Amino acid sequence: MMEELIPISYRPLLAILCPAIASIFIVLFGKRPNIRESWTMLASIAQFLIIISMIPTIIGGGVIKYTFFTAFPGVDFGFSVDAFGLIFAITSSFLWILVSSYSIGYMRSLHEHAQTRYYFCFAFAIFGAVGVALSGNLLTMFVFYEILTVSTYPLVAHDQTPEALFAGRKYLAYLLTSGCFFLAAVVLTYHFAGTTDFMNGGISTLAEASRGALMALFAIFLLGFMKSAWMPFHSWLPTAMAAPTPVSALLHAVAVVKAGVFGIVRAVCYIYGIDLMSELGLGIVLACIASFTMIVASLFAIAQDNLKRRLAYSTISQLSYILFGVSLLNTMGVEGAMLHIPFHGFMKITLFMCAGAIMVVTGKRNISEMAGIGRTMPVTMVAFSIGALGMSGIPPVCGLISKWYLALGTLDAHALGLLAVLLVSSLLDIVYFFPIIYIAFFGKPEPEKWTGGGNKNSNKKPEIKEASIFMLVPLTLTAIFSIVFCLFPNTFHILDLAKLAVAGLGGGV
Amino acid sequence: MISVVGHFPVLVIAISLLSAFTILVAGWRNKKSCAFISFATILVQFVMSIFILHHVLTKGTIYYWLGGWRPPWGIEYVVDTLNAYILVVLLFLSLICVTYSKRSIEHELPKKIVSFYALYQLLITGLCGMTVTGDIFNLYVFLEITALSAYALIASRGKIALKASFTYLVMGSIGACFFLLGIGFLYSVTGSLNMHDLSLLLPPLYGNKVVQAAFVFFIVGLSIKMALFPLHTWLPDAHSFAPSEISAMLSGIIIAVSTYALIRVSFSVYTVAFIKLLPIFDLICLMAALGIIIGSILAIAQLNLKRMLAYSSVSQMGYIMLAVGLCTSTEHALWGGLTPALMHILNHALMKGCLFLVAGAFIYKAELWNISDFQGLGRKMPYTCAAFTLAAISMIGVPPSVGFVSKVYIILACLDAGGWKIIFVAVMLLSTLLNLVYFWRVIETMYMKRGEGKEEEHLSSSKDEIPLSMLIPVLTLASLCIIVGILWLANPADIPLSMLDKVNELFGLGRWAIP
Repeated sequence: MMEELIPISYRPLLAILCPAIASIFIVLFGKRPNIRESWTMLASIAQFLIIISMIPTIIGGGVIKYTFFTAFPGVDFGFSVDAFGLIFAITSSFLWILVSSYSIGYMRSLHEHAQTRYYFCFAFAIFGAVGVALSGNLLTMFVFYEILTVSTYPLVAHDQTPEALFAGRKYLAYLLTSGCFFLAAVVLTYHFAGTTDFMNGGISTLAEASRGALMALFAIFLLGFMKSAWMPFHSWLPTAMAAPTPVSALLHAVAVVKAGVFGIVRAVCYIYGIDLMSELGLGIVLACIASFTMIVASLFAIAQDNLKRRLAYSTISQLSYILFGVSLLNTMGVEGAMLHIPFHGFMKITLFMCAGAIMVVTGKRNISEMAGIGRTMPVTMVAFSIGALGMSGIPPVCGLISKWYLALGTLDAHALGLLAVLLVSSLLDIVYFFPIIYIAFFGKPEPEKWTGGGNKNSNKKPEIKEASIFMLVPLTLTAIFSIVFCLFPNTFHILDLAKLAVAGLGGGV
Repeated sequence: MISVVGHFPVLVIAISLLSAFTILVAGWRNKKSCAFISFATILVQFVMSIFILHHVLTKGTIYYWLGGWRPPWGIEYVVDTLNAYILVVLLFLSLICVTYSKRSIEHELPKKIVSFYALYQLLITGLCGMTVTGDIFNLYVFLEITALSAYALIASRGKIALKASFTYLVMGSIGACFFLLGIGFLYSVTGSLNMHDLSLLLPPLYGNKVVQAAFVFFIVGLSIKMALFPLHTWLPDAHSFAPSEISAMLSGIIIAVSTYALIRVSFSVYTVAFIKLLPIFDLICLMAALGIIIGSILAIAQLNLKRMLAYSSVSQMGYIMLAVGLCTSTEHALWGGLTPALMHILNHALMKGCLFLVAGAFIYKAELWNISDFQGLGRKMPYTCAAFTLAAISMIGVPPSVGFVSKVYIILACLDAGGWKIIFVAVMLLSTLLNLVYFWRVIETMYMKRGEGKEEEHLSSSKDEIPLSMLIPVLTLASLCIIVGILWLANPADIPLSMLDKVNELFGLGRWAIP
């Protein structure tokens, strides 16, 4: 067994090194866009393949460990890949491939400035995100978490307009403050438990600390994971929509916010452990926060006219589904939460990429201006509709599956109130997504166009005008994958991994 | 028995002093030679200091009797792990600064090159002397040599710098007087000036009010020198108006060596038993915590980069002093005792050294003092700005930089100390955020803010870097901010941390504490 593991133990390191090395080459070839962007593509594909190659070992019940050094007694700085970490790693690395392609189309179509900086920071952010996914303890996770925060700042402030700078400042203010809390949480955990390793069923020595201390520590953990945008600490996320769309798509739908919820799941299931959580009654606290966020964020989303902002509020709401699932503290709930990480990632990225495509082609950002856009951009809007259906939990899109598990979880927990929250929230999802689909396909374009000659053509059959192929292919693929995940949830062994992760947790019903 | 290395402590001082005079003479004939002589001297000193450190770590403390006189009568130089470590740090930063200074002094003080290097060498002499000596009056003498040369160096830019230097002179002299008073008090009670001798004579007298008063004088005097919070008023002016390499030395080394003096007096002249008698270290903790917060808040209010860095130094001195204040109440093998304090002395020297040198680079290139003028520098001076960013995120404490390691160690020490000292954890975290506010403003201006006019942007997009002899020191320090951080964390083969642990063993701190 050990001999078998030795060559494989370098794979987490290699997976991390892909974006790190790519970032160096991106800077070196900054003057030659084609080579620069091929490095991004190459690294993303290599990273995905390496991560995929770890699946068999993990499915076989192994854990891949790679230790750099021992930072403190009991705290190794290093990776430890388990099923749950792998789910997040697969999601972010696979989507990186698609978003890289999308970025190329988007950035070139808009002739954006500072593209080298953009690709450099993007690769570095992925470095951080995958690092978070693979880390084996809180300290390692903290290091990558902070790298992720800092490296995404230039992306948020990319436009360098006063609004973008404000957004960047707000982003950092929120996220580095939360970083402080996270650090406090790491140090306190270490102080109480003598280790910060993620363990199935929680760190047993942590239970020795006093009840009050553990409650306080959990609050610090929640504040530390402000990246998960739970209310009322969510306002950085809509503001961060000032970033270019590919950034919003990958980072603010997948990498950054998912790192936050991933962290909370880690804290709940692998630091505290399900048993300790339910003993302390912390599940209810988390459930309340999550339910509040799910409902209120959806209501906020209804009020937004800017498409990206509406998607941002939708993200806030959907992230809380994951917290919601974990807060149920039972097998079904946690499994639903774990599945919702990749599934929501695929659906939301589709939606964001569509929003970006619309913006690139027509320059429209507001939903009210998008009447009839489904006729000029049919592929984009079909993809958008698939994503939107999935968000609302309508078959045959993968949102159904995670919601199904979550609903079963509420039943297992005998919490009918929470089931009601889940259903109301799904209903609200429909309320804010369907108008977009309706307007896009059935709305009439406004006749008085400002653009020269627009009013004459308004009665004609509109020409089909899609975004460039670099953008169209990724968004189609993610839409297709959203359906594939519903029909074959075990693509990339996601379902197996989730089941495996949940089976290891020990607690539950 | 005594090897060649045994003579190094005195040689380090002697060649430095001789070099100061050589520079004066050589400078008459050829101004260009000054920088080279100074560089060569410091290089030799640096190599010697490494030998000293190696010798101390492998063979134990070096004792050197000046003139062959036996200790209680003659002056003795004692180099143990603590001063060997400080010596290496101090000479390393001096070396970096002297490399950097060649071009920048030619630019800033073209008429005063000779006197600059002569004084610089005197400054190094004083600092080395303070570090190696085992005699408390000798320590005072070197303290004054350091201070006097620092006054002159700060004043070298003329005009407003004269006022800054004068403030420093007055404050520094008061501090030195307090220190001297302390020495006088001790001498009147014990009749000895040798540190080791004092530490043997003092314990029976710990109840004596004169001995206690002397300790307070030492602490207050040195607190002025190291700009501990309420006594920091001289520092912002002095740091911002001095030539940048001197600012780097002042901030990175001079106040750190004063901290060393405080540690030395507290634990080699007095002992842990005495410290535990009086709650003075608790008071230091509180002052340091106040300094951390207020220093940072004042830094936020500054428009001038060097002044901002100066206030940041007040805050960072707070980190060091907080760690020193905690050292008697912590017991852990890794973060107990003086380890976090000594660690942060090195870390702060690297970070602040780098930041001041970058500030100097901006002044060298375009006379840019104010943060708001830095627009577009990220494109114009990419390497310098990258160095600044690395050092700044290190100050904020983003892992895996040195600042992060210091922060974690100090927080762990606060937790270890327990009791009411846990509030310092909150102080440390709050300070991180305040650091973020004032450093990010600079980074944002450098990289993100756009110039007013399009044409201006066109002009500024061309690269215009500082000369290599300035760039290399800056980049060295910046990369060390990360590399050393990883070294502290990884602690390969126990090298850096076991060294600091030896200091704890020496003084009976941390895990060596006698309960």
